[in-house]
Order: sequence, then C-alpha cells, then structure tokens
Amino acid sequence: MNSTQKVVKFRGGVHPREGKELTASRELRIAPLLEKYIVPIRQSIGAPPTLCVKKGDAVKKGQRIAEPGGFVSVPLHSPTSGTVGDVVEIIGVTGAAEQAVEIIADGQDEWGAGLDPIPNWENTDRELLKKRILDAGIVGMGGAAFPTHVKLSPPPEKNIDTLIINGAECEPYLTADHRLMLDRGEAALIGASIAAKILKVDRVFVGIEENKPDAIQKMTELASKYKINVVPLRVRYPQGAEKQLIYALTGRKVVEGGLPMDVGCVVMNVGTAAAVHNAVVLGEPLIERITTVTGSPVADPANFLFRIGTPIRKALELCGGVTTPPAKVIMGGPMMGFAQSNIEVPITKNSSGVLLMAPEEVEQFMGNPCIRCGRCVAACPMNLLIPQLSVMVEAEKFDMAEHNYVMDCMECGICAYVCPAKRPLVQHFRRAKAEILAKRRKK
Amino acid sequence: MSEENNTVKLPEPGSLIVSSSPHLHENSSISKIMLQVLLCLLPAVLAAVWFFGLPALKVMVYCVAFCMLLEYLWCRLMKQKSTLCDFSAAVTGLILALNLPSHSQWWLCAVGSFVAIIIAKQVFGGLGQNPFNPAAVGRVALLIGFTGPMTTQWVAPTPGAFVGAFDAVTTATPLTLAKAGAFQATTSATPLSVAKNCAENVDPFAALQTADSYWNYFIGNMGGSLGETSALAILIGAIGLLAFRLIRWEIPVAVLGTMAIFTWIVHTTSPSTTPGPLFHLLTGGAMIGAFFMATDMVTSPLTRRGCVIFGAGIGIITCVIRIWGGFPEGMSFAIVIMNALVPLIDRFCFKRPFGWTHASGGAK
Repeated sequence: MNSTQKVVKFRGGVHPREGKELTASRELRIAPLLEKYIVPIRQSIGAPPTLCVKKGDAVKKGQRIAEPGGFVSVPLHSPTSGTVGDVVEIIGVTGAAEQAVEIIADGQDEWGAGLDPIPNWENTDRELLKKRILDAGIVGMGGAAFPTHVKLSPPPEKNIDTLIINGAECEPYLTADHRLMLDRGEAALIGASIAAKILKVDRVFVGIEENKPDAIQKMTELASKYKINVVPLRVRYPQGAEKQLIYALTGRKVVEGGLPMDVGCVVMNVGTAAAVHNAVVLGEPLIERITTVTGSPVADPANFLFRIGTPIRKALELCGGVTTPPAKVIMGGPMMGFAQSNIEVPITKNSSGVLLMAPEEVEQFMGNPCIRCGRCVAACPMNLLIPQLSVMVEAEKFDMAEHNYVMDCMECGICAYVCPAKRPLVQHFRRAKAEILAKRRKK
Repeated sequence: MSEENNTVKLPEPGSLIVSSSPHLHENSSISKIMLQVLLCLLPAVLAAVWFFGLPALKVMVYCVAFCMLLEYLWCRLMKQKSTLCDFSAAVTGLILALNLPSHSQWWLCAVGSFVAIIIAKQVFGGLGQNPFNPAAVGRVALLIGFTGPMTTQWVAPTPGAFVGAFDAVTTATPLTLAKAGAFQATTSATPLSVAKNCAENVDPFAALQTADSYWNYFIGNMGGSLGETSALAILIGAIGLLAFRLIRWEIPVAVLGTMAIFTWIVHTTSPSTTPGPLFHLLTGGAMIGAFFMATDMVTSPLTRRGCVIFGAGIGIITCVIRIWGGFPEGMSFAIVIMNALVPLIDRFCFKRPFGWTHASGGAK
C-alpha cells in the first residue's frame, strides 16, 4: 500500500541538530560474545520479576532466569549460555540502585529448549500469540518499557481500530530504528501483522520521519505484501511521542491521564514489532536489541546488535574507544536520555542509544530569571503555560501547578532546549509531578 | 581490545557530568537577545544622530550610561550578582533615550534612568519580574514630572549637520521648518502638537498632510523625540527584530492596525477632529512604541491571541489620548496601562493543554 494517509501537524515542536549522519549510513554490526553480562532484573514498568535461578546454575541462551511478578510484568532470559554469577547491586540507567544478575558466558552460546517457532501464526489462536509475547519477555523498546502483552490486551470495551508502528525516531543522534527498518524491515512488518491480528485491527500505519527517505522507500516496498500503510511524517521533534504521533496519523487527541486505547489506537515501536516477529516466528525471547553508539568522541560510531546486559564500557570498546574524553555519557537520546555517572551501566531492553558528548558540546550554566520571551510557550507540544508553571514550582506551589496541568508534561525537553534564560524547566516539572504523585499516593 | 592501543582512556567514574535531560540546548541566551535588540535599534540611533546631530548622541550616551551605572550600583547595594552583562539595562537606557527630546539635559536623562531602572525594574525584583516596561515608565514619569522640557523644547532636525547641530538650539533651521509647512518657531513643535493646536480651524491639517510632509514624517525629518521620528529607521530595525525572532508580529500589527482603523473612523466622520490614519502612524511614538516598546518580552502576553488583544488595547488607548486627551502623545501611557493587564490577558488567553476537551473536563 502506498502512503495516501493525510498527516496532521501537531502544535509546537522544534528541530534540533540531528547528528544522525554519524551512524545512519553505517551498516548494522553484530556485537561479539562477551565473557560476562550484567542483566538488570527489573527492565520494565510494572512489578519486578523474581529471579528463578541461583548462583552457580548452568543456563542456556534464552533460558528463563526470572519469572514475571504480576500481570504487568515480563520474564527475563539469559543472553547467552553459561553459569549464573552473583546478584549484584548496580547503578541503573536512572541513577538509582538496582539489582542485576551476572551471567558468565561459556562461549558456546547454545540455545536452550525454550520457545517453539510458530511459523503459521496466521492460523494460531490470538491468546496463544499473546502468551508467546509475554513468554518472550517483550516490552516497549522505544523507551517506556511497557510490557507489550499488556498493551495488546485492551479491555473489551475499548474499540481498537488502529495499530501504529512508531518508526519516527525523532530523537537526535539515534538511528537504531532507522537501521532496523533498513536491515530488518520485514521482521518489523510481520511483527506488526501479528500484533494487528491479536488486536483484530485492519488499519496499520508505520510512521517514519521524512529525514529517513531510504527507510520510507524500503518499508513502502516491503509493506506492499502486507495490509500496512507506510506514512512519511514531518521532521519535527517530538514526532515520535505517542500522543503527537496518534494525532499526526489519525487526528485524534489522547486526553490527559488517558491512554492511546481511549482513542482506539495502540502504538508500538518498530523495534518492538521486530521482537514480536522474532518471538513468534523464530521462537526467540528478547535477549538482544539494536542500539546506536554515537557522539563526536566515539572513534567508530555505529549501530550494534547487543545482547541485553552489555555494559556501556564494552559497547564503547567495540567502537574503537574514544578519541577525546567525553564529558557526558547518555543512555538514550540527547533530548530525553539519562546522563550516566559511570560506564558500567548495562544496555537494557529499552536502551535505544548510547550517546557521548565532548566537553565543548556540554553546556553548563546557572538558570536565570524568566524573561517571558514565550519561546517555550510557542514550542510546547502539550500547550502548557510554562513560564507560570516554572515559577509556581520555584515557589513550591504544587497544588497550583497541578491545577495548571503540570501533569500533562511529558518531559520531552523542548522548553529547556529553547529557553534563552537556561532555566531548568524539565527538572522543575519532574519535581512537581513527583510531589503531586507522592501526595496522590498518600490519599 | 582497542582500548589499550588508544591513548585516550575511557571515562572514569567521577569524570562524567550528570545532569537532567535535555542535553541539547539552542544557542541562545538573554545577553544575546539583548545584543540583538541593540543591533536592531542601530538604524534608529543612526537616524537620530543624522537628524539631530551630536546632542542626540549625547542624550543616548547619558541614558545608557546612567541606566547601566544604576543597575550596577543596585546589584552592589543589594549584594547580588551583577546583571550588567545581560545588557538589559543598556537596552532600557537606549530605548529611554530614543523617547527623549534631542536636547535633553543630563539631569533629565538621569531622572528618567533612575525611574526606569530602579523604580520600574529593580524594586520589582529585576529582569523578568517587572510588570511595566521600564523605558515607558521612565518616559511617563518625565512626561508628567517635567512636562515643559518633555513637550515644548523641540529642536528642528538638521539632517546631516552633526557638529553644526550644536548651533541649532539658538539658530533655527528655517528650511526644514518651511518644508514641514506648519512649524513656525525656531523651537519647532512636533506634528502631533501642531495637530492639537490647530484643531479648531476649518481645514487645520492641510499643511500637515501634504505628500512632502508625509515623506518627511516617514524618513524622520520632523520635530520629536530621538527615536520617534524616523519610521523608516524603525522599520529597518523591525525587520531585524522579526528575523531574530525577538518579537511576535501580532503586537505591532495589532497596535498599528487598530490605530489606523480608529483614526480612519474618527477622521472620516469628523475631519476637523484629527488628521488621517497615515499621519498618526508616521508621527509620534507609534512606530517605536509598536515595534520596540509594546513588544518587550517581559511585559507583553505569552500567547498569540493575547498579543492581539494587548496590541489592540494599546492602539485604542493611544488614539484616545492623542485625539481627546491632555497630552499630544499617548503611546507610552497606553503601553504602561496595557502592561498592567498582561497577567489577566495571559490567564484569559491560555488554552487548555493538548488533548483537553470540554467533554474530558479540565481542572478549571
């Protein structure tokens, strides 16, 4: 199918420098086997899974090493064959301490008896497919790490009619989804078809920003075989944000506190769709993902297929190290990613990129008073009255901030990006949201 | 692996900067904005020097110097970090100077600067906290406190005669006066006060509304405050303001559009009350007010809709004062009055966030 879909412009947004040229045209590389992986136990939103192996146990590649801790939870699998090492406390991606299990590789990389491939998924029961997605430990790989089987189980009263595959990749520097579409586009489309079958929807879109013409072309060619519509999208951060993407493709607006399913949509990252394909058609659990390793200090930036649990240090070594000492190491993209305090942090199921920034690229500044220039107001995709909100947070008037819709903030970072006074706006809103949520929990 | 071959080591913990996202920032800062505003004021500055000579330059130097000095002293006195380097005081000083007559005495500049920087800005908490445009407040205070020097001591423009302009205070430039048609004394009146004085005559504005006089108003060859006079210079600066994204076009368009419509209605229904719209747009502080003062970021609304309401309010108040008020010019009064309404306008014009509908029910 070709792209005849009418695309709506969402409000606001910015177009930061892309930085994608560092890695976009470079072929996907397969990371070699490491001696040791450090697999964080909690890698998704929801209940943390419980470890079901102990130190010294022999494990096979793809063997389940942790059981889901509830409905909104997924199992965890061993990235390779070997033995279970210590359960260690590491500094996680967000900077908080978390538990991780070491897997000492035996070098055999031998698959265990796990999931059977389901090549004829078209004639397979939907519940069975959903169970497979759960068993494979699939979560949203675009960033939020929401368990995919939950996303594919909307309550019956929600009338889902559209599945959106998110290939926008609007974050600067990241090209993991871009490379995935070029190199494994077919897998993503089959995964999308499986998800569409589970959801019983006919309308499937793949949204791709226009700065990836090769991916649009490739996916359009491939999509002709499937009932899938590839739609080029305006290059505008945050085009890949769920609400903005749904609006661009369907003209529907998700209300505050609402979910895409409230407007009949399910949004899934292209990487997740490919993982669904791998789980169903190949019977492989989610133990690896494509991650961009990039930034000006990286000697040889590229996209890699990494096993989950690969420390950033190893990833950088595979890229030939660094040419200058980086001032910042970011897990994710430059707009929403987390700055890391050390490079032992492992790649998880939702690590789309490792971005290094040279000292001259890192701005350090003191926040100044707001001069009400209004640039943030013009650029905010959620249409928030940011100058007033930030002053409310500074005055610790969180009730007032809540009243003025601070909870609608998705922390995309645009306001702080455009602010000439360099105000720490995103921190302000994160703080307000945390305070408000803490208060709500108390009630 | 290649780590050993590389001379550059991978980062050790502690060497990395950890901060909240976003990690990219647009290349902008307050001082850059202020310097861009100063750059955009350059045509008006040059026009002022061209028409009024070195005395005009003196007024501008006085005002900028006083404003920056007062800003510095205040920060020292209050034991705050000096905000001199954000150049906002320089912008205030320059705009204030452009609102003063060309032969203003140093003390007039000093009083105006004090009101603008200390009373209108710093006592409210400094940059960003002031509800009123400092330069407009400075001008209004001088207009009320020193009505004589501010409204009667105009000097006729002497285009291009930079040094000779020192004589212009005593020796008139009759050619310029004759060209303008309505000016009769060595100390010329602004076209606006002529308009006011002649309002009783049958066709009082004929001399003010010739093609020649319009041309003079446009290029700035008339009596008036330094920056008020040359619409051309202001418009050149305005292109810069828009190109640097420093102002919202809605404000000047609303101000000037409202003024044009308002004066057109009054002029066509009663031609002896006031001259036509073009006269009003090209004389007095209409241009500098609409482009450089009403658009002050700190004291103008945040939303587009708000900017239109704000600008329209300024246009109407200005015209009312010009036509029926006690002063020949009302731009700075109008700006200050509308500044006071900005918080209300912002509140009124703020739309609900993306996704909110009446059906979904907002908190408000």
